[in-house]
Amino acid sequence: MPPEQEPIVRIRRVSKSYRSGSRVLPVLEDISIDIGQGEFLALMGPSGSGKSTLLNLIAGIDRTDGGTIEIGGIDITKMSETELAEWRSLHVGFIFQFYNLIPVLTAYENVELPLYLTGLSRMEKSEHVRTALAVVKLKDRMDHYPAQLSGGEQQRVAIARAIVTDPTIIVADEPTGDLDRKSAQDVLDLMGRLNSESRKTIIMVTHDPRAARRARSILYLEKGVLSHAPDQTPF
Amino acid sequence: MLLIRLLFKNAFLRHKLRSVLTVLGVTIAILAFGLLRTVITTWYLGVETSSPTRLVTRNNVSIIFPLPLSYREKIRQVEGVKIVSYGSWFGGVYKDKKNFFANFAVEPRTYLELYPEFIVPPDDKEAFLRDRRGFIAGKKLADRFGWKKGDIVTLEGTIYPGKWDFILRGIYRGRDLNIDETQFFFHWDYLNESVLKSKISLSDQVGFYMIGISSPGISAQVSQEIDAMFKNSAAETITETEKAFVQGFIAMSEAIIVAIQLVSLVVILIIMAVVANTMAMTTRERTGEYSILKTLGFGGGVIALLIMGESLLVTLSGCILGIALTYPIAGAFGTYLGTYFPVFNVENETVLLDFIAAVLVAFAAAVIPVRNALKLRVAEGLRRIG
Ligand SMILES: Nc1ncnc2c1ncn2[C@@H]1O[C@H](COP(=O)(O)OP(=O)(O)OP(=O)(O)O)[C@@H](O)[C@H]1O
Ligand SMILES: [Mg+2]
Repeated sequence: MPPEQEPIVRIRRVSKSYRSGSRVLPVLEDISIDIGQGEFLALMGPSGSGKSTLLNLIAGIDRTDGGTIEIGGIDITKMSETELAEWRSLHVGFIFQFYNLIPVLTAYENVELPLYLTGLSRMEKSEHVRTALAVVKLKDRMDHYPAQLSGGEQQRVAIARAIVTDPTIIVADEPTGDLDRKSAQDVLDLMGRLNSESRKTIIMVTHDPRAARRARSILYLEKGVLSHAPDQTPF
Repeated sequence: MLLIRLLFKNAFLRHKLRSVLTVLGVTIAILAFGLLRTVITTWYLGVETSSPTRLVTRNNVSIIFPLPLSYREKIRQVEGVKIVSYGSWFGGVYKDKKNFFANFAVEPRTYLELYPEFIVPPDDKEAFLRDRRGFIAGKKLADRFGWKKGDIVTLEGTIYPGKWDFILRGIYRGRDLNIDETQFFFHWDYLNESVLKSKISLSDQVGFYMIGISSPGISAQVSQEIDAMFKNSAAETITETEKAFVQGFIAMSEAIIVAIQLVSLVVILIIMAVVANTMAMTTRERTGEYSILKTLGFGGGVIALLIMGESLLVTLSGCILGIALTYPIAGAFGTYLGTYFPVFNVENETVLLDFIAAVLVAFAAAVIPVRNALKLRVAEGLRRIG
């Protein structure tokens, strides 16, 4: 099933460099790509190549030096910090390598957190949280604290938190990087189902070829340049 | 709701020991601050409870020099003067010097009239006025030594030598909590009679005149008139309001008060440093979490509220505990130090200052962590995790 032709992410001539003191470290140079609605893209490349940087730019948590990033037809590079924050809360679901749950909140409360910024009623919130936890098969663990859950379970809670607002895109930075094989398998299965059954657009950075194979397509980032995986059909 | 839960959990569940120690630190600081403030307010209580319609006339040279009783009639002639009473500091000792309390020989009828804040039951008052050897004592004083009405109490004179027997005829209560209930009053006539028998030179002399005037507005004028009357006499007078008189006494110990005020300020500064340190530690540990909240779209305001709220929660918990402890401890102070502090009550104003200090501490402690959290760039913060 190919992704729909209409691109949901349109990146044009994006560049980004880091300055430390007088030294300038160029990371991304003149990057342009389209990512279609319903895509499940794996972004690979050597360490330090700028994968996380690119993902952060797409997710609106970092600023480009130049170029435009349109998501769902909106150019996020023109937004103010406040606008960007609100946009993120509505349109982006985040999955991190280290789960990044709040340790003093229960699984339920962690998933509820992004809904705080929506205008949903209490009933609706509760319904959303329960649905999201059901999707990741952790409804029975909702009163547990992160420390009481395994790494794989914590990552599934994080996925529930990422999907609870029904975002436009889901970004995942090495979601299986800290997991054993079985848990990684579960998490990838889950992301695969989110993509195929719920038609979620997912952009995933990974070092793990096994993980990348679960994606619909793979892009390589090296020395600031993006290229298609040789064995993948370009879209 | 969720954020409030997070606030509480941040404040008390992260590091229970650290939270407990910080709250305890604030508790002790607020307690110390409250007690020191109470010492200060107690010190000024005499000024607070003085009446603007009471004047004190004393010897111009020094309070230790007497005035002739004959001034009484002359003072009474001055326009605006309603009552003239008089008395002498007796300075008697009960059994042991450590049992210090104020004891005065006064003209009883006029004195009680001038001090309506000393409430004496009518029967007691009658009995006291009728008995030349009678005395009345404040409730706290009578309780302290277990005196009952009809008891004979012997004071050893220091200014007026010899053993003096008095019979307790009545116990007065203060009209409110701020009134000193540790004083001892007996008949000036009884003192004078005895003095007459031994030292003629000291008889018919009073230590001070207490004068009731018709309105506060005329106090300056009446004072001037009285002092002018006795100008160039053997015993010149100085007349001032009761308030000015008490202030004059307090002025002698002003340096101590200033020192206590400074110490109370230092206590607050120290606890400010302690809470600031706690807040700096907790927020540094949570940099990653604040980044996540920001990533999820929470604005700087929410994060500032979380930090500020936590600081307030910890500080106010300590503050409330401290205030709760101030009352019983001040009570115990009052009992043990009754000699120095006849009244030792925690004023509402002190509690208000406790709260103000706590809020200031909370804000000061949170300022830098809030600033750091607001400055935090999301992408940077996320990199620090792991
Ligand atoms: N805030 C920063 N200041 C300076 N240099 C930075 C900063 N953030 C990242 N870099 C540098 O930019 C480059 C790209 O970093 P990035 O994290 O995007 O790489 P990555 O491909 O995700 O690597 P990895 O696979 O190890 O996660 C690296 O060389 C990194 O050191
Ligand atoms: Mg990375």
